[in-house]
Amino acid sequence: MSDTPAYLPPGLPIPVPSPDGLTHPYWEGTRAGRLMVQRCRGCGGWQWGPEWICHACHSFDLDWAEAKGRGRIYSWQRPYHPVHPALNGLGPYLIVLVELPEAGGIRMVGNLLDDPLQEVRIGDAVEAVFEPHDQAEPPFTLVQWRLVVEAG
Amino acid sequence: MTERSLRGKTAIAGIGETTYYKHGKSPDAEFKLALIAILEACKDAGIDPREVDGFASYGNDRSDPPRLAAALGIKELRFSNMQWGGGGGGVAAAVGHASAAVVTGMANCVIAFRSLAQGQFARYGRGAQANTVSDEAAFGAPYGLLSPAQRFAMKITRFMTQHGIRHEALRAIAMTSYAHAQNNPRAVMRGRPLDEKTYDDSRWIIEPFHKLFDCCMENDGAAAVLVVPAERARDLPHKPSYLLSAATGCDYRSAAPVHNGPNYASSHFASVAPNLYAMAKMGPGDIDVLQCYENFTGGVLMSMVEHGFFTGEEANDFLQPEHLRAATGKLPLNTSGGNLAECYMHGFEMVNEAVRQVRGTSPNQALRSDACMVVGGPMVWPVSSLILGSGATV
Repeated sequence: MSDTPAYLPPGLPIPVPSPDGLTHPYWEGTRAGRLMVQRCRGCGGWQWGPEWICHACHSFDLDWAEAKGRGRIYSWQRPYHPVHPALNGLGPYLIVLVELPEAGGIRMVGNLLDDPLQEVRIGDAVEAVFEPHDQAEPPFTLVQWRLVVEAG
Repeated sequence: MTERSLRGKTAIAGIGETTYYKHGKSPDAEFKLALIAILEACKDAGIDPREVDGFASYGNDRSDPPRLAAALGIKELRFSNMQWGGGGGGVAAAVGHASAAVVTGMANCVIAFRSLAQGQFARYGRGAQANTVSDEAAFGAPYGLLSPAQRFAMKITRFMTQHGIRHEALRAIAMTSYAHAQNNPRAVMRGRPLDEKTYDDSRWIIEPFHKLFDCCMENDGAAAVLVVPAERARDLPHKPSYLLSAATGCDYRSAAPVHNGPNYASSHFASVAPNLYAMAKMGPGDIDVLQCYENFTGGVLMSMVEHGFFTGEEANDFLQPEHLRAATGKLPLNTSGGNLAECYMHGFEMVNEAVRQVRGTSPNQALRSDACMVVGGPMVWPVSSLILGSGATV
């Protein structure tokens, strides 16, 4: 995991923790270079996105555990049409849905870094890359994904 | 215990709609559009609008029943219902709820409707424009994932990749809607036929499966139906369109946040469609005509699979233009032009079209039209679908 310049131009909505506090540990974690997701103290199950209760055992005793930033592409899209003024003139970019087998198969959304026109295949291995936005107000850090070259 | 069912107990006695406009082009305010469609539906049914005693809608419709009742001088309002969930997922549910109110005696004469003026209010195809986002939106918007098309695209990518479905299958869906619209005087895209080359040459909205013509229009207008007890419908001017079934909902944890639903590559009819068929006492082979909500053509594909018309593996063969065209296709699809080419009235134009098919008055009349299905907006939650039938089915 390493830092990287921003994949998309500035001006998109800035993510902030939810007012009720539910998502705060995630955003605090990314600032520190840690991928924190929910894990139930009751049954040990992983859960994403954040919720107040464990969907499997109904425990409210949900912990936040660090997930390994390794996953596989579960699905993907390459938008062309700008749906926000910040994207005008940008051209295509890649969004991936990444499954984390080592964290109970939870899925996370991010951009796939590098060439926006690269071929994308479901099942390919990716690793997390932290993308700090230190100049934003308030500052935040996104988790992005990059293809890993697999041996063999 | 007696069987709990809506089957055959109510009918749509009247349909109405406004002129359909391109988005932002309605000369009338949204609430006035709703009033026009409601009055048209009552006139079509031969019922005094003051006799209406209930309203049902969906998608956070802004034309609320107490205001409608006051504006129309309705004698007594007995039923005001809104299906939760955004977009057109609730279109069939609204009709189902209207019917349920009539069957249970909560009301006698209920309007189900949708009114939408996207010139007056915000468009759907633009993402949120706020400076900051929190909660679930914070896990998408900073990555440029903001629009409905983008929220659904990865479901379609995965489904089509898993099943080896070609983009030509989606092209057949788009071309069918456009072809049917050419015969429909209400259709916004009448006079704008779509051929293979135009489709193929159109720009990408999103790769790999959203060309321009895979995406619905955005429009202004309103549409409404009037639901009454079946026995009353038989004394009214039109041949009754009986509600044989309506079902709504979504399967296990469909709405799990941040794209974590277990059955992800889905239109979310997996549990709804079996309930729909069970109440109707029918199967997919009994359906003569299908109106299937196109927010995006990939959603039509998955909705048709989940309603049992074909499997994912059979999609390339089934989704051929000749199979989908009225009058003689094996399953005429979106015979008014649907959301792609008649009007994006959040699917309510499809309810009106299903009634026309049952009556035999569609501009693209199918040869057989005793059982007509309407499938509401896919890939959202809750979704809904319904089946209308002629007198031969009850």
